[in-house]
Formats: sequence, C-alpha cells, structure tokens
Amino acid sequence: MSDQNHSVHVMPLWIYLAVGGALLFLTVVTVAVSYVDFNAILGIEHVNIIIAMVIAVIKATLVALFFMHLLYDSKLNLAVFLISLVALGIFIGITMFDTMRRGDIYENEGGVIQQKALMYENMPEKTDSEHH
Amino acid sequence: MADAHSQHHPFMQHHFADAQQQHESAKLGMWVFLLTEVLLFGGLFCAYAIYRAWHPEMFVNANELLSVPLGATNTIVLITSSLTMALAIRCVQLNKSKPAGIYLIITLLLAATFLVVKYFEYSHKFHLGQLPGKYYSYTGVEGDNPHIFFSIYFMMTGLHGIHVLIGMGAIIWAYLRTVKGHLSSAYYTPIEMVGLYWHLVDLIWIFLFPLLYLIG
Repeated sequence: MSDQNHSVHVMPLWIYLAVGGALLFLTVVTVAVSYVDFNAILGIEHVNIIIAMVIAVIKATLVALFFMHLLYDSKLNLAVFLISLVALGIFIGITMFDTMRRGDIYENEGGVIQQKALMYENMPEKTDSEHH
Repeated sequence: MADAHSQHHPFMQHHFADAQQQHESAKLGMWVFLLTEVLLFGGLFCAYAIYRAWHPEMFVNANELLSVPLGATNTIVLITSSLTMALAIRCVQLNKSKPAGIYLIITLLLAATFLVVKYFEYSHKFHLGQLPGKYYSYTGVEGDNPHIFFSIYFMMTGLHGIHVLIGMGAIIWAYLRTVKGHLSSAYYTPIEMVGLYWHLVDLIWIFLFPLLYLIG
C-alpha cells in the first residue's frame, strides 16, 4: 500500500486526558456557580446566564479544537464550523431584537406635533383653516 | 491477470486523486453536515430564547422540577464518552485495534447510560403529568403557560436523545469495522467521522444542560 495518509497527525495522549479533565472540572464549576445568585450580589440582571454561557463556550471550544481536531486540521473545516455559529448568532440575535422590542413604537404614539421650525415664527397667524 | 486494484489501499476510491484527498473530502463533507445539525438545534435554541424571554418567572419555577444531579451525571457521562471516543480513534491511528474496540464498547455503554438516565427522568415526568403541550396536566408550577417549558424540554432533549441513539448505531458500525480489520493508520476515516458526529452530540448537550437544568 503506497498511499498512506501523509499527514496522520496523532495527538499525544496527555492532551486528550488534559482536555477531558478540564471539561469535567468546568462541569463542576458550572453546577457550583449556578447555586450562587450573582444577579443579587452584583445588582445586574442576567449575570448568571452569561457566566453559564461563557463556561459552556469554553467547554465547546475545547471539544472543537482538540477532540474534533480543528486546531490541527485544514482551516476550511474550522471556517465551516464558525460559519454555522455566525448564522446561528444572526438567527437568534435578530429574532430576539424583534421580539423584545416589538411594542416600543407605542411609546411614541399620539405625540403633539411641535412646530419648532424657524418658518413658523415668520408666518402670519391663520385666521381660518378652511382650505384643504 | 493483473489486479487493477493492487496499487492502492482497498478502500481508496478511484474518483479521488489519492487517499489524502479522499480523507479530507470526507472530513469536509462531515463538517458541512455538522453545520446543518448546529442549525437544526439552533432553531430549537431560538424557540427556547423567545419563550424564556416572554415568561422568565415561569421558566425559573418549572426548572425547579428538573433534577440537577441527574442532568450533571448525564453531562459527565457524555463528556467521558467523548474522551473514550477520541481515544478509540487514536488507537486506530496507531494500529492498535484491540484497545480501540474496547474504547468503542465503553463509549457505547456510556451512551446507553445516558439514555437510561433520561428514561428515568422522562418516566418520572410522565407519572406527574408534566407532559408536552396539550397533554400537560401538572398543577404545581406557578406562572402562565407552564406547558411551554415542558414542550421545549421534551422537544430539545428528545431530539438530542434520538441523536444519541443514532450515534450508538454508528458506534456499533465503527466497532464492527474495527474488529474486522478494515481500519488502520492508512485508513481510519469511518471511525473519525463517527467521532466528529459524537463530539457534536456532546457539544449540543454542553449547551442544553445549563440552559434547561441550571436556570436561576
């Protein structure tokens, strides 16, 4: 057999074990952190879910780069994966923009039209408003 | 009669220039498929985001009915199965097919464990009437429309569970090819593709777990 895979990249065992250990550790961290109410401590909303998502993204990065070999493969595979995340981000992002801001226009309803332009200072007073 | 196939690996296909190109084509194709899987679950994540934004208190109340220990156990089970899957592929790359087979069996057992835990979770919910959509009959959740949380829960974990089941079938297939001696350092594409799929199943659960089990 003359055509071997010329670039069989076999990762050292310790990298697999280290990444596996890091993933298990981060799982413990995720669960532990979820019991602390950071929203109350910091006085800002949504901190807990942001922390949970940041840890999840770190875990996902470790899985993608090492277990799925993206760090060592052709960059095209990484590009395909990142494109999927960008598409997902646009999908969820724009949908949330829409649904969270849907009623905002009603705050501007029925406002008085303010005649602030300079031309109104020079205009004669209207005595009757028959036409049009 | 000269064997026309004697010059190359038996699994190398003629429409590729060489084995390297065949391997890279397979991998690119698999990544494009994984892109579609990300978008498939992405649609469900979007539904989750919308309904959670509309009913934040109900989500917190309903979430308390989920078991964090069981969810965390499943997370650890899946992460370990990803590790054993990666180690199986590494063994095939090093022409060690016997340890590879063992790692694949362990991966399979971990996947089965995941489904068994999910079975206990689901049956507990069925028993209490916490069912999706119009079948929901549980009254212990405060807030409006609690059936929405369980619809989303069953839809997302159910679809993920189906993917685990399909992955188990693929792992069995990879195991059979390994013990038959089809795979080696010269040709390990099939098991690597199964590995990529399995890591994605793990990836999706990595996001499902905190969003469904660790709210509030």
